[in-house]
Amino acid sequence: MERHFDRELNELREKLSSMASLVELMIDTAVKALIERNPELLGEIFNSETEVNKKHIEVDELCLKLIALRQPAGIDLRFITSAMKINAELERIGDQAVNISQNTANLVQQPFFVKLEIIPQMTEVAKSMVKDCIKAFINKDVELAKAILLKDNDLDQQKKDVFKKLISNIIENPAHTEYFIDLLLISRNLEKIGDHTTNISEDVIFMVLGQDIRHHHLFDNHKV
Amino acid sequence: MTIIKTNNLNLWYKKFHALLDVNIPIEKNSITSIIGPSGCGKSTLLRTLNRMNDLIEGIRMTGEILIENKNILLPGTDLVSLRKNVGMVFQRPNPFPLSVYKNITFGLEIHNIKSNDTLDNIVENSLKSVLLWDELKDKLKSHALNLTLEQQQRLCIARLIPVKPQILLMDEPCSALDPIATGRIEELMFELKKNYTIVVVTHNMAQAARVSDDTGFMLLGRLVEFNKTSKIFTNPEKKETEDYITGRYG
Ligand SMILES: Nc1ncnc2c1ncn2[C@@H]1O[C@H](COP(=O)(O)OP(=O)(O)OP(=O)(O)O)[C@@H](O)[C@H]1O
Ligand SMILES: [Mg+2]
Repeated sequence: MERHFDRELNELREKLSSMASLVELMIDTAVKALIERNPELLGEIFNSETEVNKKHIEVDELCLKLIALRQPAGIDLRFITSAMKINAELERIGDQAVNISQNTANLVQQPFFVKLEIIPQMTEVAKSMVKDCIKAFINKDVELAKAILLKDNDLDQQKKDVFKKLISNIIENPAHTEYFIDLLLISRNLEKIGDHTTNISEDVIFMVLGQDIRHHHLFDNHKV
Repeated sequence: MTIIKTNNLNLWYKKFHALLDVNIPIEKNSITSIIGPSGCGKSTLLRTLNRMNDLIEGIRMTGEILIENKNILLPGTDLVSLRKNVGMVFQRPNPFPLSVYKNITFGLEIHNIKSNDTLDNIVENSLKSVLLWDELKDKLKSHALNLTLEQQQRLCIARLIPVKPQILLMDEPCSALDPIATGRIEELMFELKKNYTIVVVTHNMAQAARVSDDTGFMLLGRLVEFNKTSKIFTNPEKKETEDYITGRYG
């Protein structure tokens, strides 16, 4: 039986989904600007950020309205509380993209340039995690959510590799320390994006199974 | 501590199988609500707990209903003392067409209870326990049917008290009341649970969520799920429960 309420929940789903596409685009653009050394692309990011902030507030308002007016229970309640948390995570992913673009803005001003393949690789992983965690949310797909938790380990490893590489770069080339630190911060931002997507994945698992797997080191019997 | 427990309780109205293998544990000094769609057997289950169904022709029960470990379905059960111990409040307030005072003393008279306490004291204490004393202490002689519906419902609870029940059964006790009166009866239920065990049938899921400690969900004569109320309304175990509490049932 389709309820009127289901249409409102769909609206919520669509808003979060379009917010996710936006932050994904922001990450993509920030890294593209870095690789193509094209600061003009960065302007788009600030427009997108304004759009994401607007959606962030809209989603929160919609969630509060649905809680007050529909008095949801069970899966509906878990869906809406997860949506609120996912909303906050997406907004923070947007902030990370803004951070990347600020570091990029610094980087492209400098004549110095090293090609670091691993940054676009990390970007691809981070973007796919954003895409997948929202897909997991929309489709209530626990397996996909769990896969993201595993992918995050790859991203962490990549960041460690970047750190190692950049530290040796700094030692070899101390005159360009600032340049390398900006790159290092970008890899850290990408890694953070991964962390936000794992939070979202944990929310998805909670929503579907009603099982809280966060901080599972606190509870012996919780397994992912 | 469990005060009531049914074991594989089955009930038939002639050929109609109205309760199927119901196993429900009721905690002492708690509020348990029974929810479920119309006709699922909520009132039937509630009425078995003080054997009010006995009067219905063609009724048959199997299984056990243990109240403080005594099976009240056994022949030889003293129904009068059972019904003193397990009182019932109905959907429509149904005070006796007598004065406020008489409504409360009536139970003692029909049960022929001699009390050391004076009747005046009993009336005062009973009305106090349902928070009616201040409102009605100067109107004890007035006719009960002149009270507001909420006062009548409180009086119906108050009149159970002199016979010293342990368990209060309530079948949709607020469905005839407006939201304010409903809120006040719910507050009263919280007060009463200190001294009594309450089992309440309600169609109002928000009410079940607000007042009860445990909730049982029934469907077609079965107790589909029994759980902590907070669990039932956030993350029930059974799909049927989830469908019902989210309004997807049907
Ligand atoms: N005296 C009776 N004789 C025959 N069948 C009955 C009798 N009382 C109830 N039933 C049937 O038993 C089933 C359960 O009835 P019951 O009144 O317990 O349901 P309920 O859950 O309290 O419903 P409601 O929410 O409408 O009050 C229904 O199908 C009803 O028609
Ligand atoms: Mg009923």
